[in-house]
Amino acid sequence: MTALLDVKALTVEFATRRGTVQAVKTVDLEVAKGETVGIVGESGSGKSVTSYAVMRILDRAGRIAGGSVAFSGLDLKGATEAQMTDIRGREISMIFQNPRMALNPIRKVGRQIEDVLRRHAQAGSMDARAKAIEMLEQVKIARPEERYHAYPFELSGGMCQRIVIALALACRPQLLIADEPTTGLDVTTQKAVMDLVTELTRARGMSTILITHDLGLAAAYCDKVVVMKKGEVVETAAARDVFAAPKHDYTQKLMCATPRPGSTLRGLLPAEVAAAPNPPAAVSGEVLLKVQNLVKEYPRQGVTKSGAQMFGRGAAQEPEKPFRAVDGISFEIRRGESLGLVGESGCGKSTTSMMVMRLLDPTSGNITLGGDDIGAIQAKSFASSPHRRRIQMVFQDPTDSLNPRFTASRAIADPLMRMGALKGAGAVRARCEQLANLVGLPLDLLDRFPHQMSGGQKARVGIARAIALDPELVILDEPTAALDVSVQAVVLNLLDDLKAKLGMSYLFVSHDLHVVRLLCDRVIVMRQGAIVEQGSSQDVLEAPKADYTRELISAIPHPPG
Amino acid sequence: MSAIDASATPSPAVSEAPARPATGLSATLGHARYVVTENPVTGFAFALFAVILLAAILGPALAPYDPLASDTAAALQPPSAAHWFGTDQVGRDIFSRVLVATRLDLVIAVSSVALVFALGGFAGICAGFYGGWTDRLISRVSDTIMAFPLFVLAMGIVAALGNTVTNIVIATAIVNFPLYQRIARAEANVRRDAGFVQAARLTGNSEMRILLCQILPNIMPIMAVQMSLTMGYAILNAAGLSFIGLGVKPPTPEWGIMVAEGAGYIISGEWWIALFPGLALMISVFCFNLLGDGLRDIIDPQRRT
Repeated sequence: MTALLDVKALTVEFATRRGTVQAVKTVDLEVAKGETVGIVGESGSGKSVTSYAVMRILDRAGRIAGGSVAFSGLDLKGATEAQMTDIRGREISMIFQNPRMALNPIRKVGRQIEDVLRRHAQAGSMDARAKAIEMLEQVKIARPEERYHAYPFELSGGMCQRIVIALALACRPQLLIADEPTTGLDVTTQKAVMDLVTELTRARGMSTILITHDLGLAAAYCDKVVVMKKGEVVETAAARDVFAAPKHDYTQKLMCATPRPGSTLRGLLPAEVAAAPNPPAAVSGEVLLKVQNLVKEYPRQGVTKSGAQMFGRGAAQEPEKPFRAVDGISFEIRRGESLGLVGESGCGKSTTSMMVMRLLDPTSGNITLGGDDIGAIQAKSFASSPHRRRIQMVFQDPTDSLNPRFTASRAIADPLMRMGALKGAGAVRARCEQLANLVGLPLDLLDRFPHQMSGGQKARVGIARAIALDPELVILDEPTAALDVSVQAVVLNLLDDLKAKLGMSYLFVSHDLHVVRLLCDRVIVMRQGAIVEQGSSQDVLEAPKADYTRELISAIPHPPG
Repeated sequence: MSAIDASATPSPAVSEAPARPATGLSATLGHARYVVTENPVTGFAFALFAVILLAAILGPALAPYDPLASDTAAALQPPSAAHWFGTDQVGRDIFSRVLVATRLDLVIAVSSVALVFALGGFAGICAGFYGGWTDRLISRVSDTIMAFPLFVLAMGIVAALGNTVTNIVIATAIVNFPLYQRIARAEANVRRDAGFVQAARLTGNSEMRILLCQILPNIMPIMAVQMSLTMGYAILNAAGLSFIGLGVKPPTPEWGIMVAEGAGYIISGEWWIALFPGLALMISVFCFNLLGDGLRDIIDPQRRT
């Protein structure tokens, strides 16, 4: 069987300020007809660049410096731009990471599918509409005639990704390149989207390249896996073999860093750096945080906030009931305990954490921290409250949560200068260095700006800032969602160590049950603003009572073994 | 653990230097040197700006003739070794007048830009950050100003308040207000709910402090570019007002007046009276426009790698 796509010794260079950088070094890749190949690697491994080179859509600074790319006998490296435009979309098509960005926001989705069909002469003006609706049907969009007229903003993330898949498959290409197609989607949506892609490509005998950082996803959907690291292929093997017996050290490291059932927090780290396990944190019986019947309502669309205010709490007079983002939930966190809050996007977990954080005022309900009713203090004036320093937060995106114009030390010093009792620049600096040591941030990085640091280093700065004032409760809002698995493993371990050392309590907000289990004693599963299930993490994961929890757990792909 | 972190650099194209970056003043200076030398156009703009600045500071001392002294015997002479730019209808040396006028034109431009940056920039950040009624009120003020033809509005303000340098500055600032307000509003608005702003709330910063210490530094790059661009416009505006007799009064040397005075003589062949002050005007506007790009490169931390 000859390969459909045959990439040999591909080298891609980028011209940068500091000379040329080789992003991809002599990469070999072979995709047979009907095969699904996974390219797995962490950020910066060159996995996306490889696919861009195949599609010849590298940005201006990049160029193919060597090697060959053959697609069913045709040399793509030497093809003219005109030839490539014919191939793209008709022979090879691509699904991108962010489906909303990949769609034209001001054009009806049906029309966008028609555009592709017409561009490659697969449909004329008479039958384009019917074919577009047929495509919508194939990607399992309910009421396709109606959705034909929808704009991307009217559809959910999962629906948008289905449209993108419809676009990619409309002209029946032979090869589909899916670049992180489900990043940013919920696990249940991810499963639905991936199952759909597999079903459609299998039915058409298509080949697929699945680019992902998620070993679990690659294991679940690929025939063959290519592991990349820093622009080089370190291992190529059948998916079964890679996960059963990874040969290369890097693959082994990736494998053990990926949380899965049965793995332990220390087990995520490579054997040579793993320290002794932490003694179980001393959870005292004392309740630190008590949340009772917490409710957050938002006015329905069309009722503006100021309008409601103008008519004097006018929301009650509106015929429509306001939307309840959080619908009367109650829970407790004891001192030294960590509680996981799990749910898919839109379940109200972020709204809950924002209210506990006192950045958002609840519609009703009580929030008590160590006996003080902090829910009664308005979010607006909470910044100047003495209770502010008792609750801190580690944000989801380490890049977004650091001011790009502040150095690391300035970011860590901010809480110290605002609320700390330290006097003088010397004392603040000394405390910054102490914190940097605590979170394992090299001291010479303290004077760097965020863009000069890696994701893991930025995460450490964010953690140092959160613990600067010795808070009693730290809210972790998906602190590792934007990080690579190996960095995630390190950060999770760091958070666990810090908790044992400093005696804080955590409220860990996440969509990933396997990650939550590693760090948390207890878990709450939320859906549509309400608590579906709660209990010890062990029980919830191993013997879930609610159907929804079961669905959530089964949707998470994980490498076997 | 550091080995793991090292493998997590975001992408190969932006991987960082192993060496520890210089900090503080030396880094800023080093970066400034880099910007000036890397892009020859920016370097040229900075050199031109230095020349203009020198002319403004030392102009009166360097001028070979008294810019106000008339010498009817030497009236309307073309450029020569004695009078590089020639003389005007009453025999004043045009080179001296162009040189001395630099200071006045620059002072008007700088003070009006500084004023509009302070007022428009602050109003814009407040509008973008607080939203709601603050935003509506401030944005409607901007809309009202933009409803007028801007130069006519400036004329009206100067005509109503009186022909003084202060009033030209105020008029130019008011005319530019909507530009600054809108840019600052848009930039502040997208950062209103950024993670680092939330983080600043958690660390006990008051809203006003967040506005000034967290948001403002982030919108400075685009404001700096805007300032440089409007600087050129402010010079043109001041000269334009003087040209139509609503600005600085003769015989004070000012580029706009000089062009106006020379305009009548072009038809009779005495082109140099209007040409040289016009050139000075053009070069300075050109210089500030080029400077805008250079400044953005210095201030933008994304490019400071």
